[in-house]
Amino acid sequence: MSRHTLSVLVENKPGVLTRVSALFARRAFNIHSLAVGPTEHEEISRITVVVDVEDRPLEHVTKQLNKLVNVIKIVELDPETSVQRELLLVKVRADATTRAGVLEVVELFRAHVVDVVPDTVVIEATGTAAKLSALLGALEPFGVREIVKSGTLAVGRGTRSITDRALERVRSA
Amino acid sequence: MVQPNPTPAQVAARTAPRATDRNVAGEEVTGAESIVRSLESVGVEDVFGIPGGAILPLYDPLMDSQQIRHILVRHEQGGGHAAEGYAHATGKVGVTMATSGPGATNLVTPLADAHMDSVPMVAITGQVAESLIGTDGFQEADIVGITMPITKHSYLVTDPAEIPRTIAEAFHIASTGRPGPVLVDIAKSAMAASTTFSWPQDLALPGYHPVTKPHAKQIREAAKLLASARRPVLYVGGGVVRGGASEALCRLVDVSGAAVVTTLTARGSVPDSHPQHLGMPGMHGTVPAVAALQKADLVVALGARFDDRVTGRLSSFAPHAAIVHADIDPAEIGKNRAVDVPIVGDLREVIADLVPALEAEHAKVGRPDVAAWWHQIDTWRETYPLGYSATADGHLAPQHVISRLGELVGPEAVYAAGVGQHQMWAAQFIRYERPRSWLNSAGLGTMGFAVPAAMGAKVGQPDRDVWAIDGDGCFQMTNQELATCAINDIPIKVALINNSSLGMVRQWQTLFYDERYSNTDLHTGHGTRRIPDFVKLADAYGCEGIRVEHERDVDAAIKRAQEIDDRPVVVDFTVSRDAMVWPMVAAGVPNDDIQYARGISPAWDRED
Repeated sequence: MSRHTLSVLVENKPGVLTRVSALFARRAFNIHSLAVGPTEHEEISRITVVVDVEDRPLEHVTKQLNKLVNVIKIVELDPETSVQRELLLVKVRADATTRAGVLEVVELFRAHVVDVVPDTVVIEATGTAAKLSALLGALEPFGVREIVKSGTLAVGRGTRSITDRALERVRSA
Repeated sequence: MVQPNPTPAQVAARTAPRATDRNVAGEEVTGAESIVRSLESVGVEDVFGIPGGAILPLYDPLMDSQQIRHILVRHEQGGGHAAEGYAHATGKVGVTMATSGPGATNLVTPLADAHMDSVPMVAITGQVAESLIGTDGFQEADIVGITMPITKHSYLVTDPAEIPRTIAEAFHIASTGRPGPVLVDIAKSAMAASTTFSWPQDLALPGYHPVTKPHAKQIREAAKLLASARRPVLYVGGGVVRGGASEALCRLVDVSGAAVVTTLTARGSVPDSHPQHLGMPGMHGTVPAVAALQKADLVVALGARFDDRVTGRLSSFAPHAAIVHADIDPAEIGKNRAVDVPIVGDLREVIADLVPALEAEHAKVGRPDVAAWWHQIDTWRETYPLGYSATADGHLAPQHVISRLGELVGPEAVYAAGVGQHQMWAAQFIRYERPRSWLNSAGLGTMGFAVPAAMGAKVGQPDRDVWAIDGDGCFQMTNQELATCAINDIPIKVALINNSSLGMVRQWQTLFYDERYSNTDLHTGHGTRRIPDFVKLADAYGCEGIRVEHERDVDAAIKRAQEIDDRPVVVDFTVSRDAMVWPMVAAGVPNDDIQYARGISPAWDRED
């Protein structure tokens, strides 16, 4: 199995996410992460899918995704030529005796504390999956109470935009 | 009278939004009236459906339409298959209507069937009022969610203003590219609300651009391979029929000198009388068709999808062949078999480009020597012709009935089959000479397809004889549509191949389950209580019922049925239950292991 990151540009309409995810589900491919959000064009949403799958079935599922009427464009983003980031919010035990230790970890990973109560803090961090995993490892001894992560977001390096030409299609259609 | 079939592109041109005097300006109407106007604008003439609570508002203005004939079916599944039969036989988009909940879920099978066989169809379903959606309201089902994997596209409409555009898009999507079923689910509240009807001047489908024009370089590569192959086979699938490419294909067959095989969905796309036509490949294909693919050095797949019923064990299919694969659906190319030359495009355009490219190649390098290939093929044809042996129990041979039906009724008729032994015999023993003369459920294998599909075909092609060739098992799944046929003056004819059992399942029990006949006896034939008695059943439905038990009565019964045109006819041919479909490649084994008859396999080495 190899890990692939797909950026799927879709029409901003109800039900589109279901259609996209159903194509993975039909073949029992496990979606590692999924992130959906608006783009600079209100007609277009962007779905970032990270999936573990062999190359050949991926090629076929990509062709099937392309057949979906609401899918405008699909681009696979290579980790080498793209920036890929996740957002993590983690709630960690931090009372008077341990807070200093927790804050040291936060400092080391260039994360931020975004909420504090007497016995816990909420930490916000962004980064690659590897960095966030290392951060969680470092926080583990203090007592992790709750984790929430966004899916991976990815954008290609350099000046080219994958949404520009897609937009022309939307506007001319 | 060969009439070129319309391509999906032409259908699209016909169904694409167009302004008419009546429809340009916005006009105050109800949502329901807007639906009727939209269907009229897109050119709909026939609809198969059945009303219910959530779709009631639509049925009121439908009653006043001068253009649309609504045929009241007895079951939504029948309406769906009728729309499919109509589309199969005419190339136009078939239309079916049903109410919400159970009405809509009864359409699941026809939608799946149309999806598998690329049948252009639009299903309009009523949905509960918007305020009730998601609350488990009475007769509520999330039909868009249920049918997502079995439709080409689907819509849920809650805003009446979106009705015209949605219906225009639905017909465009159903009929273009690789055709397929589109579901339009419309909330009752949207039908009841008042809105403005104005027919859209263009469509907004930014993600939908079927490629029709093939790549010139790939065409040249394909032509090169075809001009140099010594053992070429054209492997023709249903895409050729859907694309209206039969006429062009015949030209390619002639120019190339290649052998041609037509799959279950492509029967009739090349005339069976063509000397280069080897018949159907696959599990119950002819020995020459199966052998030619196995020994080929080049396979040119045209609108075919390397289905498991054609390839047998995939890894040993056509092992020596280079593959050219042309299809309008890019997702089919390379799906099952690695491809040497992929061509994405409308089959009619692909073949239209390929023929001159091949001629140019011939002019450059000469025509390939295929004499040895044809010598080998002819040896197969002489040694292993299609045939059958007399029944051991003295009862009627089903193959005889079907052969005589084809010979007496002829190639201008339309034949619609169910699924099972009778379907395979009908594919083998009737000689098809034109596209759209053979309708069946190939991909999904839906028992019960024949009667409603024949009904739809007869509505679309009223001047042709339409015969349903059905089994006693299939017939009992959908024969209620005989009532629809009788009442609406749709005089189809049914040849019931009644072997008193679920014949194909029984055949597998004979071959693979030690003759243990678990739950395949239907008690409708020889020596049984005949429940039901199909002749009485036909009579009850206002149809003519004829029973045939002896070979000597077969011809007279078919001729009698042909003469009756004022009501449907059901001919109950009670046949031997022990007849089996041969040749056969058992599931999952290599095609080289084809059995010509039980225990008899061709000795390939002798001919090699």
